[in-house]
Amino acid sequence: MRADGRLWGLLAASAAALVWAVPFAWMAVASLRPGVPPDIASLTPAGPFGLGNFADAWKNGSFPLWYLNTLLLCGGILAVQLVTISMAGYAFARLDFPGRDLIFSLFLLQLLLIPPLLIVPNLATLVSLHLYDTLPGIMAPYFASAFGVFLMRQTFRAIPRDFEEAAMLDGAGVAVLIRRVLLPLARPGLVAFAIVSLTAHWNEFLWPLMAVSSPKNQVLTVGLASFTSGAEAGSAWGIVAAGTFFVAAPLLVLFLVFQRRFISSFVSSGIK
Amino acid sequence: MTIEQRALGAGAAPLTLPRRRSHRWLPVIVLLAPSLVFLGLFTYGPVLRVLIESLIVGRFAGDHAIGLGNYHRLFADPHFARAALNNFVYALGTIVPSLVLALALALALRETNRFTAVLRTLVVTPLLIPLVAAAALFTFVFLPGDGLLDYYLHKLGVPLINWLGDTDLALGAVIAITVWKNTGYYMLFFLAGLAGVPQDLVDAATIDGAGAWRRLRSIVLPLLGPTFGFVVPIALLNALTQVDHVVTMTQGGPSDATNLLLYYIYQQAAQNYDGGLAAAATVISVAALLTLSLVSFRLIERGVHYES
Repeated sequence: MRADGRLWGLLAASAAALVWAVPFAWMAVASLRPGVPPDIASLTPAGPFGLGNFADAWKNGSFPLWYLNTLLLCGGILAVQLVTISMAGYAFARLDFPGRDLIFSLFLLQLLLIPPLLIVPNLATLVSLHLYDTLPGIMAPYFASAFGVFLMRQTFRAIPRDFEEAAMLDGAGVAVLIRRVLLPLARPGLVAFAIVSLTAHWNEFLWPLMAVSSPKNQVLTVGLASFTSGAEAGSAWGIVAAGTFFVAAPLLVLFLVFQRRFISSFVSSGIK
Repeated sequence: MTIEQRALGAGAAPLTLPRRRSHRWLPVIVLLAPSLVFLGLFTYGPVLRVLIESLIVGRFAGDHAIGLGNYHRLFADPHFARAALNNFVYALGTIVPSLVLALALALALRETNRFTAVLRTLVVTPLLIPLVAAAALFTFVFLPGDGLLDYYLHKLGVPLINWLGDTDLALGAVIAITVWKNTGYYMLFFLAGLAGVPQDLVDAATIDGAGAWRRLRSIVLPLLGPTFGFVVPIALLNALTQVDHVVTMTQGGPSDATNLLLYYIYQQAAQNYDGGLAAAATVISVAALLTLSLVSFRLIERGVHYES
């Protein structure tokens, strides 16, 4: 009886997972079918197959520029974040000061007050800082990260104080202590944060759309949106599928290779 | 200072750092300053700024006054009322099915083996692609006539349906995309939560004759309380802040059927250049988000049974 229930559960889950995979399956099949076949929706077409759509998509869009901008965006945000969250995380984990818990909960407010929600005032701030229509302008609202500070606070707390005390007794200064002792021990936390940050900013759309106006500053998601609206108008669904593949592929490949790392990072992104 | 410590360490018995650190503010300020500067510029500052902007009315010839005019206009705007109503339906329509489905999938795929690992991967994958990419794929899925749904439904004899063009169906279609995209994310949390449910408790209940449904209701669900405690606020945040698919697929249409609060704000700011309305709508949305997150967190907290 019990084994039976489990089997039905697995069967139902298999059916759901198959339905979940259909959009990806269609993307893969349609991107390999050149031209405008009448049965473009078919998941099991007879062919012919070819890579023409990928060549066309690459030619029609500015993918090299979009990749470069997205890499600069994700890399720039992450580089600054790693510094700010390590510093603040350490302060909240190790230093005693009046009002520490209150200031920490003020930090956590940022988990809810995320930049897309504050588009209107954030745009005004960018304009007054002369950062409108620049990549640093897209990055700036993310340089501080409440989630990162929370994660680093937990990470530093899990490191025994003995390590620090031993290093300090050996005459290490604070800078050496952080670089040689704390950061290496905090690496798992930093990696978990890096994965969440990279995924979030690679995929983000509305804020980069609003913060930038010239095509030379567009990132992949913004480029894809204008690219697909053009290709859809011509019913070039194979090219839409190929372009979508270009945007989604890098993270999908990373995810499939480092799946365990990604999943434990995502789970840590729900604050416990 | 290090020499002093060394001397202390050599002489005194307990090797602890001096406790008087608490009176030294300099390291605290230096360590927190970079975060605080950016939080000030892009989180706290903007909330104050948008609050003030929303209260400024009648900008004529550089002159302006303070008042509630923007809020009066906002509440009189049928588009805003529709966006708020839609967002309520959208939040319920995305959160309830994706949480139920995520929990069911987590229960079914709880044991780890090669087969369940593959199924989990299939369900989680949509989380990794941008919402605009999902929108691009689903634009084709919902395409009237040649699209994926119509192509296969037609083979089953179902007449053609204009999913995104029908005012009664469009919001449902947008909801379907969100459920497809986020269910895997929530499933990961439930899998992690289920790993913390002690098996001996479940086994004991089984021996006592509790059926699967009873075990779920009386043991598993209460112990998953903390998981719900952060999944529900995350899901609420997603329902209020993820509108990329609305921007690229439906532009809020047809006739406001898929207009959501953040899309309304985007429209006022980027298309109608009505800063006052956009600011007032932002204030209302932020207030709604803060209240709902707090309330849901508290309600779930009250129902939680912590393992003692």
